[in-house]
Amino acid sequence: MKITRQGFFWVTGLATLAHAGRKVLAAAAPRRWAMVVDAQKCLRDQGCTKCIQACHRAHNVPQFREPNHQIVWIWKERFERAFASQQSEYTAETFRDKPVLVLCNHCNNPPCVRVCPTRATWKREDGLVMMDWHRCIGCRYCVAACPYGSRSFNWVDPRPHLPVLNTDFPTRTKGVVEKCTFCEERLARGQAPACVEACPDKALVFGDLADQDSEVRKLVRARYTIRRKPELGTQPQIFYIV
Amino acid sequence: MRDRGIILAGLVLFLGLITFPAWYSVARGATSKGPQLVLPATEKQCVAPTAWMRAWHMDLLVRWREQVVREGNRNYRAANGRVYSVSLTGTCIMKCHTVKADFCDRCHNYAAARGPYCWDCHVDPGLIRRASR
Repeated sequence: MKITRQGFFWVTGLATLAHAGRKVLAAAAPRRWAMVVDAQKCLRDQGCTKCIQACHRAHNVPQFREPNHQIVWIWKERFERAFASQQSEYTAETFRDKPVLVLCNHCNNPPCVRVCPTRATWKREDGLVMMDWHRCIGCRYCVAACPYGSRSFNWVDPRPHLPVLNTDFPTRTKGVVEKCTFCEERLARGQAPACVEACPDKALVFGDLADQDSEVRKLVRARYTIRRKPELGTQPQIFYIV
Repeated sequence: MRDRGIILAGLVLFLGLITFPAWYSVARGATSKGPQLVLPATEKQCVAPTAWMRAWHMDLLVRWREQVVREGNRNYRAANGRVYSVSLTGTCIMKCHTVKADFCDRCHNYAAARGPYCWDCHVDPGLIRRASR
């Protein structure tokens, strides 16, 4: 086939347009996973640990009596500790000394990612702060960098400390850092995170902040929300309704 | 030729020593046959031809790891067009090589390939079966 000059310009022009179009589409598409925690709802039953149990069972998180060895992906923290900058002598009665649910904030500007020397932790396009446990060398820079204490280090082999072993998820080894992954493996299957699914009071809402009509987006638009240590500029993506 | 005895004894000793590995293997009952692997009962074809898998399975697993962890892509299209879920425990073990000890371990022990530490983290369902027994 002989190609004419005009034909050549048509083909290259269309190809350039198609390429640009794909770029635009790709730029518009990224999701932004985020979570809204209704702290009031969560306080209804202060003894409830269903989300914590569901998460730790799903991800083979070991249980240690020794506090220095503890591994946590999601846990409860005293309000004054979780929101240190909001704290005063006159903290509202509702929250004084009360537990607040905390987990990895999947920051928009994650300090843990910046310090990781092996890129074992990185921010995905959908905003999720991921970990590659294969590549973690256990230097614990990320543990030091995270202002929320969301990262735990395996000081000993975690396997003997697992009450039940879940075959759907790997365990970790001694010398590896771990944290909440926003249930990346469940999101891939189109499921909500384990903690969200387990909450009987629907106090945890998960969704795509980039989507105008998503439940999380509507909530942060309608309700006043606070974030942990916003003054650090990490841009946490866990929002609390208080 | 007064040293004949010493020389012959030395020769015998030398031959004995140099052929020791062969004697040792015979005494231990080792054969030149490869490991006896238990093949999957349900599947006839692996995700790639056997010869290729034998030589390159470690590369495939590393590729799978990058694909899932870094790219978030959990599907693998095999050469024959079939799509597999990329999972060491979920696909390789749960679907085909149900007993790790009869497949992975046998060959790795035979080849003295103790390097990979896949199973330090990935769960061998056999562990649970044994524990619940």
